Amino acid sequence: MRNYLLKRLAQTIPVLFGISILVFSMLHLAPGDPADLLLGPDATPEAVEDLREDMGLNRPLIVQYGAWAGRIVQGDFGRSVVLNRAVLPEVMKRFKNTLILTAGALAFAVVFGIGIGILAAKFHQTVFDSAAMLVALAGISMPTFFTGIAAILIFAMGFQVLPSSGMYPARGGDFFDLMRHLLMPAVTLGAVSAAILARITRSAMLEVIQQDFIRTARAKGVSEDKVVWIHALRNASITIVTVLGMQIGYLLGGSVITEAVFSWPGLGQMMVRAIQARDYPTVQGGVLIIAMSFVFINLAVDLIYAWLDPRIRYS
Amino acid sequence: MDTLMHAPKTAAKNANAPLLEVSNLSTEFATYAGTLSAVDGVSLSLQPGEVFGIVGESGSGKSVTALSIMGLIKKPGRVTGGTVRFKDEANLLDKTPAEMRKIRGGQISMIFQEPMTSLNPVFRIGWQIAEVLQIHREMTRTEAWERAIHLLDRVGIASPAKRAREFPHQLSGGMRQRVMIAMAMACAPSLLFADEPTTALDVTVQAQILDLMVQLKEEDGAAVMLITHDMGVIAEMAQKVAVMYAGVVMEEATVEELFDSPLHPYTQGLLDSIPRKKSRGQSLKAIPGIVPNLLHLPTGCRFRDRCAAAHSACALADPPLQTMPNSTRKVRCWLHHPEPPK
Repeated sequence: MRNYLLKRLAQTIPVLFGISILVFSMLHLAPGDPADLLLGPDATPEAVEDLREDMGLNRPLIVQYGAWAGRIVQGDFGRSVVLNRAVLPEVMKRFKNTLILTAGALAFAVVFGIGIGILAAKFHQTVFDSAAMLVALAGISMPTFFTGIAAILIFAMGFQVLPSSGMYPARGGDFFDLMRHLLMPAVTLGAVSAAILARITRSAMLEVIQQDFIRTARAKGVSEDKVVWIHALRNASITIVTVLGMQIGYLLGGSVITEAVFSWPGLGQMMVRAIQARDYPTVQGGVLIIAMSFVFINLAVDLIYAWLDPRIRYS
Repeated sequence: MDTLMHAPKTAAKNANAPLLEVSNLSTEFATYAGTLSAVDGVSLSLQPGEVFGIVGESGSGKSVTALSIMGLIKKPGRVTGGTVRFKDEANLLDKTPAEMRKIRGGQISMIFQEPMTSLNPVFRIGWQIAEVLQIHREMTRTEAWERAIHLLDRVGIASPAKRAREFPHQLSGGMRQRVMIAMAMACAPSLLFADEPTTALDVTVQAQILDLMVQLKEEDGAAVMLITHDMGVIAEMAQKVAVMYAGVVMEEATVEELFDSPLHPYTQGLLDSIPRKKSRGQSLKAIPGIVPNLLHLPTGCRFRDRCAAAHSACALADPPLQTMPNSTRKVRCWLHHPEPPK
C-alpha cells in the first residue's frame, strides 16, 4: 500500500506540471496583448511598452514561465487587476464556499443515491424499484437551472420555508443559518449526481449479486442482510467509487450554474466575473486551484479504490 | 451432558435411517418461453458417511437438485414439490429462510465448480473461513481466525498463518479449491455437496483435491453427494451412483453394478464415451444428438431421440423409475420393464 501511495504521488507531479504550463499559456494564447488590455485603448505606446517591461513580457517565454512558476510555488498568484488585491486569498475565500456547497451536494448524492440504489437492487422488480428508477430518470433529465428555479419558486416563494439566496442572512448568522441556506442549492446541485449514483449502484449491486461468491456466502449460512451490505456492497463499491470520483469533478465544475441561481458566493461566480473583466491573474489562480483539487480528488479516489480492491493494491 | 446420555438411544433408533432422503423433488424455472422442469420428481437417499455420485451431461439437473436441497434456488426458479428429510429434521423444503441458514454451512455445506469465482475477491481468505465459524459456532473473531488458520493447515496449505491474510487472487486454482473445502468442512458437516469440485482444475491437481476430500470425509464421517460429468471421478470416489438426464434419474445403482453392467442405454452411452487404451486409434464414441430442450421434451421417454435401442413403446409413455427384481438398483427404461406399453 505504501509503494502504491508513493507511486501515485509521483504520478501527480507531471500532471501538475502540465496544468501549470496550460494555465500559464492562457495569458499568452488569449487574443490581444495583456499590457494593451490592461491599459485600455487610449494608452500611449510608451506607456504600454513600459508596462510590458514591468510585467516582464519582453523576456523569453521560458524565462517568464520560470519566474511565474517560481512565484506560484511560493503562493504568490499575482494581483487581481480588478480588485487590486492578492489573488490567492480572494480565490481561497471563494473556493471555501464552493467546497461547502459541493460537500453538501456530495453528502446528499451519496446518502440518497447509494442508499436508494442498494434498496432498489434488494427489492429488485418491485414497486419500490420501479418508482426509484423513475425518479432517478427524472433527476438525470432535469437541468440544474430548472431544478434550482423550481425549488426557489416552491420553497422560498411559495411556502417561504427556505431562503432563496446567499450563504447567511444579511445581519450575519451561525452554523444553523448556513445549513438553511445550503439545503436548496446542495440538493439542486446534487440531484443529478444522486440520480446517476442510484442507477449505477443498483446495476452494480444486481451484477454482483449474480456472482458465484454470493452463492458461496448464502451456502455458508450468511444472513441476507449481510450478503447485501457486506459481501455484495463491498464489491459493488469499486464501481460506485469510480463513478463517485467523476461526480465530484462534475459537482465542482457544475457548481457555477447553481451558484448563479442561488447567488452563492463561490468560486464559479467569481470566475465568470473575472473572465468578463479579463482579470487574467484571477482566472489563472481559479483555474489552477480547481485543477489541483481535481488532481488530488482523483488521487484520493485511486487510494480508496486500492483500499477497496486488493487486486489493485497488490499488483 | 444430556445429549451424550441420549446419544446411543437415538443412534440405535436410526441405525439404518438414511441421512438424507429426497422424495419426488421438482424444481421449475419460469422463462419467457414458458415454464421448464429442471428437476422433475427426483428421489434419492444417502446413508451417513456414504459417497453418492450424480452424473449427467450439462443441463441434466444435477446442480439444480443440490441447490434445491440446500434451499439456494433463486428466482425465476422455484421448488414446486417433494420432500427433503435430513437427519431428524422436518421437511427442509418447508423451513423458513432463517431456519435453513442455520443448517446451511453448518450441517450441510457445499463446494462449487469454480474456485476462481466462488471466493469473494475483496476479503482475506482467513476472514472468509472465519465467517462460517462465527455464524455457526458462535466463536469470537480471534477464536475463529485461529481456527481458520488451523483449517488451512488441515487442507494442506503451507504457511497457513501467512496465507490466511492473503486474498483469493494471490492463490492458485488448486489452493482456492482447498480454501473452499476448508470453508465447507469448517463446522464438520454431516453432508457435503461437491458440485464438479475438480472440473476447473489441472489434471494433476484434480487427484490431490479428490484425495483431500476423501481424507477429510473419513476423518469427519461426512456423507458426500458428488456431482460430476466425469465417470472416472465417480469410479474412484462413489459407492452409489444416480445417472440423471433432462431432469430425471435414469438409473441408480452401486458403482460396481453400474460399471459392470449398465442397464440403461444412456448409461451405456456415457460409459462407451470414456476413452480407453484398447480403443486407441479409433475415433471416440459419443452419444448422438444433444440434451433435449426442457421446454420441448419428446413424448414418451425423454431419451428416445438419441437412443439406439428405442422402439415403439418408447414413444407411447414415459417409463417409470422402477426397482429391478432381487436388487436395489433402479432403472427408467421400457427395455427392463415387465409390461411395456403396446
